[in-house]
Amino acid sequence: MPEPFRRLTAPALPFWADNIDTDVIIPSREMKGTGKTGLAAGLFANRRYRNPETREEDPDFPLNRPEYRAARIWLAGANVGCGSSREHAAWALAEHGFRAVIAPSFNPIFFGNCVRNGIVPVVLPREVVEGLGSPVTVDLEAMTVTGADGRAHPFTLPAEARAMLMEGLDPIALTLKDADAIAAWQAADRERRPWAWLAPQPNISKRTSGGPRRG
Amino acid sequence: MASLFETLWQAHEIRPGLVAIDRIMLHERTGAAALRSLAAAGRTVATPAHVFVVMDHIVDTRPGRDDQTLMPGGQAFIAETRAAAKAFGLTLFDVTDAEQGITHVISPELGIVLPGLTLVAPDSHTGTQGAFGALAWGIGSSEAEHALATGTLRVAKPGAMRVTVSGRLRPGVTAKDLALHLIATHGARGGEGMAVEFAGEGVTALDMEGRMTLCNMATEFGAFSALVAPDEVTFAWLEGRRFAPRGELWGQALAAWRGLRSSADAVFDREIAVDAALVAPMISWGTSPQHSVPLTGRVPTAAEAGLAPETHARALAYMGLEPGRPLLGLPIDGAFIGSCTNSRLSDLRRAAAVLRGRRIAPGLGKALVVPGSQRVKREAEAERLDRVFRDAGFEWRESGCSLCFFAGGESFGAGERVVSSTNRNFESRQGPGTRTHITSPEVVAASAVAGRIAAPWELG
Repeated sequence: MPEPFRRLTAPALPFWADNIDTDVIIPSREMKGTGKTGLAAGLFANRRYRNPETREEDPDFPLNRPEYRAARIWLAGANVGCGSSREHAAWALAEHGFRAVIAPSFNPIFFGNCVRNGIVPVVLPREVVEGLGSPVTVDLEAMTVTGADGRAHPFTLPAEARAMLMEGLDPIALTLKDADAIAAWQAADRERRPWAWLAPQPNISKRTSGGPRRG
Repeated sequence: MASLFETLWQAHEIRPGLVAIDRIMLHERTGAAALRSLAAAGRTVATPAHVFVVMDHIVDTRPGRDDQTLMPGGQAFIAETRAAAKAFGLTLFDVTDAEQGITHVISPELGIVLPGLTLVAPDSHTGTQGAFGALAWGIGSSEAEHALATGTLRVAKPGAMRVTVSGRLRPGVTAKDLALHLIATHGARGGEGMAVEFAGEGVTALDMEGRMTLCNMATEFGAFSALVAPDEVTFAWLEGRRFAPRGELWGQALAAWRGLRSSADAVFDREIAVDAALVAPMISWGTSPQHSVPLTGRVPTAAEAGLAPETHARALAYMGLEPGRPLLGLPIDGAFIGSCTNSRLSDLRRAAAVLRGRRIAPGLGKALVVPGSQRVKREAEAERLDRVFRDAGFEWRESGCSLCFFAGGESFGAGERVVSSTNRNFESRQGPGTRTHITSPEVVAASAVAGRIAAPWELG
């Protein structure tokens, strides 16, 4: 589970075209392993490097400028994280040290992926995002974002997303507390929609211990 | 009283914010991580019979393929996904399975998706399957893990939107063109956060494959999901499919499905009207699907495209184009027919009809046809469409996602201009520096013959 988030003051990376897709956040080629790690160097690879193969940096990309190298907050444009559902985008951001993305709007899959990986998705109007400067403070207790000029801007977040970020809660554990309600719903649904329920498939064993099933 | 979306939502809401999930699909690209994480946490799959695992993203599409793939490290994704699927007792469509194919192509072929179901997959184009009147949407890997472990998702309710297409598309205009027209007109954020229902004569007149193409592209419209109310066309398409209900259950299902439609007084958060007669064959000029114009159009200025000057300039520099340049006639280097958008039998038939008796332009580089599934491939071969493509100079591949995206293995070249029946023309999507123009399969075919962007009606 990610570190609980309360309040963070950090350099804020200004990279805010609209519709920055997850291919830009992490190109498919950079997703080399089946796990969630080893992705930070691939973050923004097609923009950050002149040559992604040699990792020769493009000095004009904001993340390569001295003042933003330690950025932990990303100031983005509208519809950020559109495109592929790859959670690798959030994993790469988190591994690089990002804990908040501030944008006029989010792709819903990317929004959820951020929350599940300890990154606070903050929605603020475009003119506010572009005027924040750096450093920026994101305060989940006060529900405000404070820009370099000291002005605080309130924002909202669904209560559950906020709780998950602040407490580092495991949503699966949370849902499994409702196992009885789920089981009751399913029992009623089998009566209501018997056609929607598939019989266990033949040739399928119960879960064994992790390795491929024999025979 | 209620919209189709609202009906589906209410039928699955266990309590506010907790929604029952009827089917889960996983592929080796993003599913492996979900299964690995689930195993590491010592958890099990709640309903294994409702989970389907597909090899489509990384698997090679060259003839005679096996686990070998040009993507560095790709074999590990395949091997790990296979082992996990077997360990958890999930139905797997493996590399050499007769039903292998792209997730969103094989699910309907096998009757995995049905009207009235909720279906999720860690894949952004899952909304494709909403063409069957299911509430289907893309999720992240962690959410997939949640769905596997609990049979539910914690999800914020999207808004409801309706796009009503009046009249029928003109001959030669396809569902792909309708989708690009909509996105070009209302932007890549036009359906942001919305469950978009496509309705009206222009939609109901489409066959199931056209409806899937339309719903597929709703992802590029920013939508949460896409829906078409199921009708007799849908039911006829599904009857007898492997995982569809049979006998008495089929009758019960039909009775339930016939009620799945938005009522006349349904309320939507947003509505858009499209006049089908105004939709023309479309093609993209830039690096977002919203950067699209009619095939006979020109590269727009920033003002004409409604874009920020820097966004417009970056797209043009990447694509090697200038405002005012006609799209027709642009020399091309490659052609691709495939993807979850346009790789089904009717797509291949329309492309083959353009190619029959013709050859692709000499000097054209890679020209690929990648059927969406092994079933599509078999059916196409039964009609000898493979011969048409091969005789024309196209490569005829095994099924999979293939060059819809560059994963580090096979690619188109830097600076190469490629016409593609896919859904994304993002920078470097089909190869580092590759310039992708997305359009319909028939325009890809015509362009391949001409060696430049061309309309089917231009060929002599």
